[in-house]
Amino acid sequence: MSQAEQEESSKANAESKASVAAALRRVLPQECVLISEEELRPYECDGLSAYRELPMIVALPSSQQEVQAVLRVAQEKNVPVVTRGAGTSLSGGALPRGDGILMSLAKLNRILEIDPAGRSARVEPGVRNLAISDAVAEHGLYYAPDPSSQIACSIGGNVAENAGGVHCLKYGLTVHNILKLVVVTVDGEVVTIGADALDAPGYDLLALFTGSEGMLGVIVEITVKLLPVPERAQVLLAAFETVESAGKAVSNIIASGVIPAGLEMMDNPAIRAAEDFVHAGYPVEAAAILLCELDGTNDEVSEEVFRVRELLISSGASEVRTATTSEERQRFWAGRKNAFPAVGRLSPDYYCMDGTIPRHRLPEVLTRITELSDEYRLKVANVFHAGDGNLHPLILYDANNPGELERTEEFGGKILELCVEVGGTITGEHGVGVEKINQMCVQFGTAELNQFHAIKDVFDKRHILNPGKAVPTLHRCAELGAMHVHHGNLPHPELDRF
Amino acid sequence: MSSDISERLISQVKESSERNTLLVIRGGDTKSFYGRLPEGQSLDVLSHSGVINYQPTELVVTARAGTTLTELEQLLDEHGQMLPFEPPHFGDKATIGGTVACGLSGPARPYRGAVRDYVLGVTLLDSAGNVKRFGGEVMKNVAGYDVSRLVTGSLGTLGVLLDISLKVLPKPRQEVTLVQQLEGSTAVQSFNTWAGRPLPISAICLVDERAYIRLSGTESGLKTARNYLGGEELKNGSAFWSGIREHSHGFFNKGEVLWRLSLPPQKPCPVLAGKQLIDWGGAQRWLFADDEPELLRRKVESIGGHAIQFRGGDRSGLVFHPLSRSMFQLHKNLKKSFDPKGIFNRGRMYPDW
Repeated sequence: MSQAEQEESSKANAESKASVAAALRRVLPQECVLISEEELRPYECDGLSAYRELPMIVALPSSQQEVQAVLRVAQEKNVPVVTRGAGTSLSGGALPRGDGILMSLAKLNRILEIDPAGRSARVEPGVRNLAISDAVAEHGLYYAPDPSSQIACSIGGNVAENAGGVHCLKYGLTVHNILKLVVVTVDGEVVTIGADALDAPGYDLLALFTGSEGMLGVIVEITVKLLPVPERAQVLLAAFETVESAGKAVSNIIASGVIPAGLEMMDNPAIRAAEDFVHAGYPVEAAAILLCELDGTNDEVSEEVFRVRELLISSGASEVRTATTSEERQRFWAGRKNAFPAVGRLSPDYYCMDGTIPRHRLPEVLTRITELSDEYRLKVANVFHAGDGNLHPLILYDANNPGELERTEEFGGKILELCVEVGGTITGEHGVGVEKINQMCVQFGTAELNQFHAIKDVFDKRHILNPGKAVPTLHRCAELGAMHVHHGNLPHPELDRF
Repeated sequence: MSSDISERLISQVKESSERNTLLVIRGGDTKSFYGRLPEGQSLDVLSHSGVINYQPTELVVTARAGTTLTELEQLLDEHGQMLPFEPPHFGDKATIGGTVACGLSGPARPYRGAVRDYVLGVTLLDSAGNVKRFGGEVMKNVAGYDVSRLVTGSLGTLGVLLDISLKVLPKPRQEVTLVQQLEGSTAVQSFNTWAGRPLPISAICLVDERAYIRLSGTESGLKTARNYLGGEELKNGSAFWSGIREHSHGFFNKGEVLWRLSLPPQKPCPVLAGKQLIDWGGAQRWLFADDEPELLRRKVESIGGHAIQFRGGDRSGLVFHPLSRSMFQLHKNLKKSFDPKGIFNRGRMYPDW
């Protein structure tokens, strides 16, 4: 672009900004349309702070009607809209666009109805995940999915990303724990998806919307399922001298017919980091530890704790501890739940990856990650949702060292490709966002990507909603194609190479 | 039985697509009674069969669509595992492809989840002959839109299922069925109360004012729950539940046109004319309706439920619950995005597409 063209384009942008802001101020209160740089700055990134972009405008609707109005303005002015919940995404799903509206749903934060007999709650998208469980606790109920950011993350964002947590093996992901959504389409129309009754008629749009990363519509209301709080939960901690024996123990527990409420593994660097941080009493010499939570009725838990303890010992655990008090149980979990910030203390920056693998491939995947760690001269700690195969390698780096972030991203990309290679996936629960968009070309071929684009077009033909996220264009994949050869075939052979 | 006939299916579909021939996808032909009457030539997937991958400790199984449920369940049983959603067979040749396409789940559905909750991945053949793989063999996967679950229950209207990956679970150590006398009007309230407590309930149904409650879990867990719930133990519990699941229970001979109602159990149910059986702890009712379909639909809609004309009756009109105008249009456009020529199972779900 020549300088004259650049000036022309920024002038057009300024005009567009003024006209969009004016249109938004006709439908929202004055203070709910932010335009100055200092007001926009807090919205420049989400939980993946390596990616930043100042939005053109921030809109803060506080009702369904105001969301409809914002979308109508966006349609009329043809500007993109990125919807944001609490901004805790780890994949840049809520990364704004410089030419678009960032719509924060933080003001839609009311719990609308609690139905104890129906074991459900109707909530607005800005309600925090943990606030739901807190609000229904008096009825002996809770909302099961518990992403580690649950104190801060919003339920709307959980649905958009199909958030998981440490209890997924037994209680499922967000998609398994919601009944109904009220969605505003890009045209500003309101549609209800799912139902208060089970198995709503028609296609399973509830599943399609869950994890769709704000690309298909804006969720303004969610009916979540609630579960009775188990009578008792008990945690065991087991130490292992090798990662293989810890992996074997996981298989043995599953093979015995026990489905633990939580089953978490940490490798030695993660154990040491967590122990230094929260003093959970973890065995710092162990190559791996397993945390196994069992829940159910009092008698049932006693029976299973005994069984699992025997299994851990026969699988080669060097030490098995059972939390005897509630405080001890909290302490066992504290290390795991604080693993990310604990690792964060070891280095100025860390990058959290999110692949899923078939569990039995864990030892070879960890070996390969260690090799890559040497190759890229970057340290890595691993925490693993061992029950469901979801691996979170944390790469330690320093963004102030020139080139280190780029090296980290390349290393991370290699880990994700490794996950695909062993039969897994590039993202278990954090979403694709902007972060893993290139790896989508490794995971999927042309036919699948075309189908994703066709689905997007059904809901949002003009690509107003969160454009450029989650699903790469075929051309983007073709440009990357030189680097990736999928199943021995050059990807996207029908496209020209550049 | 194991054979991969995907090449043959691809060429058949391509050929039909070129000639604009409509196709009716057929597995074991055990659920052809379900849905509207589709038009077209039969595309037989029954012989595309066999388990492709099963590692019990991964809790995942992948099988070709034509694999029979009997074969699959037998294999899982050998390893102490099961399909947690307890699919009805409705015949010896029922296939996993047909089960996923119809999206039908058995008595455990409200407690363990539906078919869609256990689908992890599918391979789908489209009308251009492309083979598309969505999801995978791992439990947590948020790469791309969740097409695997979208396809579940779509009655073959979005393409031909070639293979399916499912999450499986260990079978419970013990099961017991308790029976107690409960009045229809207050029974569902009790069911709601029980479901809100941490009890190992895996099925509840009410037939002729007798409530049947199945408990699944460990020996000690069942003991506590039995003491709390009370009631007599039913001797052959598994035969009873199989009768409910397969519609071989005597109730299902009591009429011609069988309706399936899905209702929020916490809402008072409108008075329904006809013989009924309450399943899923009140969330599902089977009804030989005396009301006209329109009236019945208005009644269930008034409490947020929906009604399916499940078996028998006129299959040229609306069998499934009508969709709102905007939802209907969205469905039609989605169908078009998967099957632009509209050759697969046209009219099986809703008229025109």
